[in-house]
Amino acid sequence: MRMPALLIAAATALALAAPAHAKTIPVAAGDGAQVRLQEALILAEPGDVVELGAGRFVLTDGLSLDVKGVTVRGQGMDATVLDFSGQKGSGEGLLVTSDEVTLRDFAVENTKGDGIKSKGADNIVYYRVRVTWTGGAKTTNGAYGIYPVSSTGVLVDGCKVSGASDAGIYVGQSKAITVRYNFVENNVAGIEIENSRDALVTDNFVTRNTGGILVFDLPNLPVMGGGNTIIKNNTVFGNDTPNFAPKGNIVAGVPRGTGIMVMANEGVWITQNRMADNPTAHVLIVAYPQPFTDKTYNPLPRSVVIEENSYVGGGGEPQMPGGAQLVQMLGGRLPPVVWDGVGPNQPIVPEGMSFLSLGLPGQGVGMAEARPVMIDEPRPGAMVAPGRFGAPAALDARARP
Amino acid sequence: MRLLAAALLLAGAAIAARAEPAAQGVNARAIVDAGYPANLSDYGFFADPAAQRPAGGVTPYRVQTPLWSDGAEKLRFVYVPDGKQALANGDGLLNLPVGSALIKTFRLDGRLIETRVLLHRPEGWVALPYQWNAAQTDARLALAGARLDAVTPAGEAISYAIPNKNQCKDCHALGGEVVPLGPKGRNLSAAWLADFAKAGKLDRVPQVTRRVPLWEDRAKVPVADAARGYLDANCAHCHNPQGAASNSGLFLSWEVTDRTMLGIGKRPVAAGRGSGGLDFDVVPGRPEASILYHRMASLEGGVSMPELGRASLDRDGLAIVHAWIRGLR
Repeated sequence: MRMPALLIAAATALALAAPAHAKTIPVAAGDGAQVRLQEALILAEPGDVVELGAGRFVLTDGLSLDVKGVTVRGQGMDATVLDFSGQKGSGEGLLVTSDEVTLRDFAVENTKGDGIKSKGADNIVYYRVRVTWTGGAKTTNGAYGIYPVSSTGVLVDGCKVSGASDAGIYVGQSKAITVRYNFVENNVAGIEIENSRDALVTDNFVTRNTGGILVFDLPNLPVMGGGNTIIKNNTVFGNDTPNFAPKGNIVAGVPRGTGIMVMANEGVWITQNRMADNPTAHVLIVAYPQPFTDKTYNPLPRSVVIEENSYVGGGGEPQMPGGAQLVQMLGGRLPPVVWDGVGPNQPIVPEGMSFLSLGLPGQGVGMAEARPVMIDEPRPGAMVAPGRFGAPAALDARARP
Repeated sequence: MRLLAAALLLAGAAIAARAEPAAQGVNARAIVDAGYPANLSDYGFFADPAAQRPAGGVTPYRVQTPLWSDGAEKLRFVYVPDGKQALANGDGLLNLPVGSALIKTFRLDGRLIETRVLLHRPEGWVALPYQWNAAQTDARLALAGARLDAVTPAGEAISYAIPNKNQCKDCHALGGEVVPLGPKGRNLSAAWLADFAKAGKLDRVPQVTRRVPLWEDRAKVPVADAARGYLDANCAHCHNPQGAASNSGLFLSWEVTDRTMLGIGKRPVAAGRGSGGLDFDVVPGRPEASILYHRMASLEGGVSMPELGRASLDRDGLAIVHAWIRGLR
């Protein structure tokens, strides 16, 4: 009997999705959790599910997973908690270094460094994971909550992060990224996409961070040339937490009360976001402000399109030198969109919309030389070319099987 | 006729007797077969484990400048199977054939603490940690790592961490594959390399263009060489373009010459509170203003570097890096 081609394809797909020997490895909270859980993560085989029981796992050292295709699943982001309050070693709570991993339905609390880091881990899914520093906004908290880096294919979906002293959700040096349906509160940066391409940041609730959503490109890194990113349909509201990042980090320079901020990058489309009560500015577009020597780096934002967003309040308390005077000159608040004025590529906004240029005369020049001016003649520019954005569809199927 | 038979029997006995040490020697299959042997003794690397006296075919070695691990004494051994040879590779890593093993025992406070083995299997290198028992007769696989109380040579009481299997790989990964770190031509003495080649275990003595100085000689050699040797052994296993810290852009390998890659005037990217409120990885002339020095001088999780493998401060290492940064222009 011959198997129809379609059936063969389906069978192959099934075989790929769930290897025949796939098994579930249950790990309960309680005594010896550190060793039992770490052993399960080491001995798991591709396709296996490491099933975390309900309760609080008291951990002393970072955990790590280096097996392809493993799912780590808890009983819910409030029911299963990996508690790192007594952590003695390692840079993060959980480190993933293998491809095709799914992390879902558990929480990580109070890590000394980053919460969950995945590096060189292609096609990773974070679904309904919570990372929290329970003491609130503190400089001594770890830097990143959810931290995929150097990866192709990233889905961060339905997660909740608060207290990160850098970014709640940080995706760095990666491509094909979707960050959606997340709740990020009380971090320095809510969501940060850095030195990355083809990212879709959509339908997130972003509040009480210092800055809501950041899209940055920085010099002297192995992967540069960030861009081709869509920031769409997010609610970015009341991001007014004073900056608590340790000095020396790039986000320590983010003004309190920034809604969406683009630094350098090529091709960012900011659309259909609902923005309210962000005290510095709803949208801030700037060049990289520091001196740099990297000849391959472009510090200017290019092709940044801002359209069809809604803006309520905000801009009344801009945290920048001369901010109070600007507010006075402009009748009580800055307009929703503020550009530093560096370079020839002004942001692209719809007909009839005016925005503020700070009129900085060049890259790396301080606010002392600002010559602020309202720009109400939008210059047409190339729109973001429709292309591939976001994580591969197969990742969505892993989040919602 | 009877006499002859007796002689034959004797010869057989003699052969058996000669073969016996070999039977007790290295268990080649434990190195290459799949699975994780439960005990260090399963490999037969040692004729006398407690004394760390190696079995036949297992050769001790040392590296010019070592990775510092809370002051633990390290006993290193290399095994290359009979009939095979390592291949010289200039300044770089000796190319050890499948079936080879690297063995490193940590002794602290007069006790054998752990032995880490690197096994070259057909599918690649595998790193496994073994924890010594209280009787010091054997060490047991510690796949998930372990913590134990120990006292360093400096007299500090610490919680000593035996790394888990994945943490072994954190340091030993290059482009996602496990690789050995220590036995590079530049980090082995010319005399040892010559002996190893003479023993037939190495195809030839590698041409080393620039050898890392001997750590004990650090006061006699240019401070930059001593410091860069130290950074190479203690940091560069992660801080290289294919290592665990590749995304930092801070690259500290012996051969790096680019000042920004070495951290000079370079801003951190993902340091978090590891920055200590400082702006640059390395500020020429100012060690205390340099994040690199700050993190070496810290014991706090999330700040301290290296992230794994130490629970106390390396004062000699700090001194040499301090002197290097102070002398930079």
